Amino acid sequence: MDTPMDLRFTPAQEAFRREARAWLAANAPEPRSLPSLDTAEGFEAHRSWERAMFDDRWSVVSWPEEFGGRGVGILEWLVFEEEYWRAQAPLRVSQNGVFLLAPTMFEFGTEQQQRRFLPAMASGAEIWCQGWSEPDAGSDLAGIRSRAVRSADDRGWLLTGQKTWASRGAFAEWCFGLFRTDPEADRHRGLTYFLVEMTAPGVTVRPIPQLDGETGFAEIFFDDVFVPDDQVLGGVGQGWNVAMATAGSERGLSLRSPARYCEAASRLVALYRQRLATDPVGAGRSADAVARAWMDAEVYRLGTLWTATRVLDGGSVGPEASANKIHWSETDLAIHRAALDLLGPGAELHGGGTDAPWLDGYLFALAGPIYAGTNEIQRNVVAERMLGLPRG
Amino acid sequence: MHFAFTDQQIEFRDAVRQVLLNECSTDDLRASFAAPAARTPRWETLATLGVVGASVPEAHGGLGLGLVDLVPLLEEAGRVALPEPLLDTTALAVPLLAELTAADRATTAPVSDWLESIAAGGMAVAVGPPAPGPTPVAGADGADLYVLAAAGGPDGPEIHVLEPDSVTVTPVPSLDPTRRLAAVQWAPGQESRVASGPLAASLVGRTADRAAVATGAELLGLSQRMITLAADHAQERHQFGRPIGSFQAVKHLLAGAQVTLEFARPAVYGAAWSLDEGEPTASRAASVAKAYASDAATEAARVSLQVHGAIGYTWECDLHLFLKRAWALSAAWGSAAEHRARVLASLVAEA
Repeated sequence: MDTPMDLRFTPAQEAFRREARAWLAANAPEPRSLPSLDTAEGFEAHRSWERAMFDDRWSVVSWPEEFGGRGVGILEWLVFEEEYWRAQAPLRVSQNGVFLLAPTMFEFGTEQQQRRFLPAMASGAEIWCQGWSEPDAGSDLAGIRSRAVRSADDRGWLLTGQKTWASRGAFAEWCFGLFRTDPEADRHRGLTYFLVEMTAPGVTVRPIPQLDGETGFAEIFFDDVFVPDDQVLGGVGQGWNVAMATAGSERGLSLRSPARYCEAASRLVALYRQRLATDPVGAGRSADAVARAWMDAEVYRLGTLWTATRVLDGGSVGPEASANKIHWSETDLAIHRAALDLLGPGAELHGGGTDAPWLDGYLFALAGPIYAGTNEIQRNVVAERMLGLPRG
Repeated sequence: MHFAFTDQQIEFRDAVRQVLLNECSTDDLRASFAAPAARTPRWETLATLGVVGASVPEAHGGLGLGLVDLVPLLEEAGRVALPEPLLDTTALAVPLLAELTAADRATTAPVSDWLESIAAGGMAVAVGPPAPGPTPVAGADGADLYVLAAAGGPDGPEIHVLEPDSVTVTPVPSLDPTRRLAAVQWAPGQESRVASGPLAASLVGRTADRAAVATGAELLGLSQRMITLAADHAQERHQFGRPIGSFQAVKHLLAGAQVTLEFARPAVYGAAWSLDEGEPTASRAASVAKAYASDAATEAARVSLQVHGAIGYTWECDLHLFLKRAWALSAAWGSAAEHRARVLASLVAEA
């Protein structure tokens, strides 16, 4: 490319930012005013918010218009995210669908599947959970044992097995999951990516209380669950490749935009400033940690713009997605850890109050190095695929 | 928004990489360790390629390039631990001198001659950081020109440019002899003064910011080189019947260093752009860049040595050629901790 380096958004992108900001100012709920999305009540409140966004075409800005989006590019999406987090708008209850499954469905889905699933995903009418991990297959995802066999009428598959740690699983309408369709094939081969309705006969959901007491995830049992052929995503036996596209979204650009961390880092600096005014010595002890955490978010912002430019210029994101995932998950921890240290005795407050979101945020951040493939697995990927070290 | 180098910048970088691959091998580095010098045949090659004069205005025989253009070249210099003072001369001294050629900054000093001589490869410059006390100056032993800051008077700092016959240079040993560290004794005088007052203050500040970014760029190249050396070693070295690089304990050390480096890069590139554009947050961006790059290099150095094991602790192994430069540059122009303190002060003041 002959375009000189430029880190400014264009006037059109800035106009898009103003439009988003104005809409969010008029429509977004007060920060933290909705009940937790991991409760039945909160789930529905968050669904209503998704619907409100969808009605004004803000829920999936980067999707084509025919599916409810605005057809904008990745940079505009990043701008929207900046405004979304600046407004401290609610967490996205539909994130597994819109940020993970949707990019995969755009790549691998049939036209019919896209028409059937994407608009309902965008409006929050159908919320998705992810059925990947099993009790004996977590980091070793290729070791999954849940299986699918042809149905007697040969029009679909019968799914049997157990999935676990499915975020949003307690309340979701749909699940995307990996099942073994060829028991003879070796590990990564013989897997197929299915789209399963959670109300289908044979599906049993058992919510699992997380360490904060809420049922953020669930176990899902499948007992001869019939799934028609048109709910296979990307071809029978292609499950691993399709899943890796989803994992790329999960670790790479689309799940965690930098705005989330930049906004938290700004709040951290504000907290530091408050403490500096009342307790300069105490604040000083955290100065380096605060600076580090803010910088971690800032370099993530720059790194994302760097990667986004590469993608727009026709490049792709390979194993760098793993480096990315390690960085954003550790950034989230660093920000919240620094905040808790600044809070001192206020750090244990949970639930309501102005200090409490930091502990809730810390609990959420602690999950980051675990989900989407543990950071240990990501370090293996970086070592093997970026540095050429031999597989162990 | 287009956060990438241009094809032309990449081509220039690749050409320089190729030349340095041939002219700055580890054998060459060892020769430089034994007999450090400011200007060498390699310096002439770099001048012929336009690298030394890259930032010299075209009117004075250079390419008139900015810091964004220089950063990929400095990264290559870091990758081979280039002993010659490209950073001090081309990234720091030249932009400062070039500003003095502006019509409203009349100085009687032969600034144009200096710039032309630099572009032709005839001058290596040492730049003294604005530090209190007799801090040794990098590249001062054997330099052809000295750009030095003085505390000045009530009007603030002054900048002086001196030729070798006006300074007394006393070499100071560095762990990396190619740093050519020396204490520079000199007396500020009317004759050597090229800037004072607000102009000098601004030049001192911007030179420090440019130094943070340019040093950061060299640290990126050094870090990648050290990690690559260690990864190569981890593939060749066998223990327990396997390459040690197949053990997760080893993999995770190197992967951790690589991840830090992956995010130091855009920090350095973005800061270079901010400085070139005169963005209001440019100085803070420069500090983010240096803090991140220093940390990345310190981690890469520690991890690379650890992965090499005892052989990495020897003179025989090439690793130390890069470790020493990485340690020196991590501390030069502000440590990571100093720059983090600057970042935080700027953030707190912003409210």
